Amino acid sequence: MQKQDKQELILRISGVNARKCMRCGKCSATCPAYDEMEYHPHQFVYMVESGNIEPLLSSDSIYKCLTCFACVERCPRDVQPAKLIEAVRLAVIREQDKNHMKKGDLPELLDEDLPQQAIVSAFRKYTK
Amino acid sequence: MILSYYPGCTLKTKAKDLDRYGRKSAEALGITLEEIPDWQCCGGVYPIAKDEIATKLSSVRALAAAKAAGQDLVTLCSACHNVLKQVNNDMKTDEEIAGKANRYLGLSEEYHGETNVIHYLEMLRDKVGFDKIKELVKNPFTGKKIGAYYGCLLLRPGKVLKMDNPENPKIMEDFIRAIGGTPVIYPMRNECCGGYVTLEDKALANKRSGKVLENAKDMGADMLITACPLCLYNLNKNTDGYDVPVYYFTELLAEALGVKD
Repeated sequence: MQKQDKQELILRISGVNARKCMRCGKCSATCPAYDEMEYHPHQFVYMVESGNIEPLLSSDSIYKCLTCFACVERCPRDVQPAKLIEAVRLAVIREQDKNHMKKGDLPELLDEDLPQQAIVSAFRKYTK
Repeated sequence: MILSYYPGCTLKTKAKDLDRYGRKSAEALGITLEEIPDWQCCGGVYPIAKDEIATKLSSVRALAAAKAAGQDLVTLCSACHNVLKQVNNDMKTDEEIAGKANRYLGLSEEYHGETNVIHYLEMLRDKVGFDKIKELVKNPFTGKKIGAYYGCLLLRPGKVLKMDNPENPKIMEDFIRAIGGTPVIYPMRNECCGGYVTLEDKALANKRSGKVLENAKDMGADMLITACPLCLYNLNKNTDGYDVPVYYFTELLAEALGVKD
């Protein structure tokens, strides 16, 4: 897929209008995953907007966002950065052999108290 | 009063207490929770992307079943509540998603978000009333300092879930008062516990949950309550040295009402 097509796909499936962003940085300031991220929520917004998406596609940051929606709730412009990060993640895992977690990885990650909710959620976020 | 009930996958397995005490308490409050027949797992997280249709269908089936029964749909797990309300909103407001889902499912009657989805806490507040619960309490939690842990799934996105003010909620604090306890307000009560990241990064889950527990402890909480099996797991497994027990809110409700066995 061409770079521009990928940018359009990400914007379309996220439903986000990145141009509404006024760069206040509140999304990143409130993000509980900030310390673990190479690229932060506000960077996702302007990098997708400017078409600089390759670094995002290859960064582990897409797995550090847990979609807690703190940025979505607190954005004064209703940009909804978490939806954009989700779309970038989908652009990666929807490709052949790009699942972030394999079924075979699972048995050794389980313990007897782990709720099913954790497993189904992880598979939705990590695999297609 | 009879309401449709969607328990979800975890309440049938690792979170049986959340379900069991919820049902017992509802009976004691004069509400019959009628489990939807043949419900399917909601998937745990709402499929955000506009072109995700198949992953929303299990929720649509449950919503349509409640519509057919002519009842409000009650959820108890925070995750199911979040997913069902957001999918319901899509079916009501997004013609493309609703059109595709309806064409695929071929229901006898098209579904367009008619069902009213409420969380169990909303049922307590709006159908029963916290004042009524207060009257029915047999074993009040007098003197207990209880912190409400909302996490991320109960409140956000506020515009869709419409449960409470997402930044300054009070529904769980009002619940704590109703069962005779003293609510402890602490800033981290609506921040993320680390969720499913516990599968691949225990250290990160530990850090997140540790911050919640540290904050709750600092503000004087003796215990926390939650509606989410994954929050309970993360907070119990990743104490990071902070000793604050975490319970399902339905367990405290059942104890207060005198129906806990």
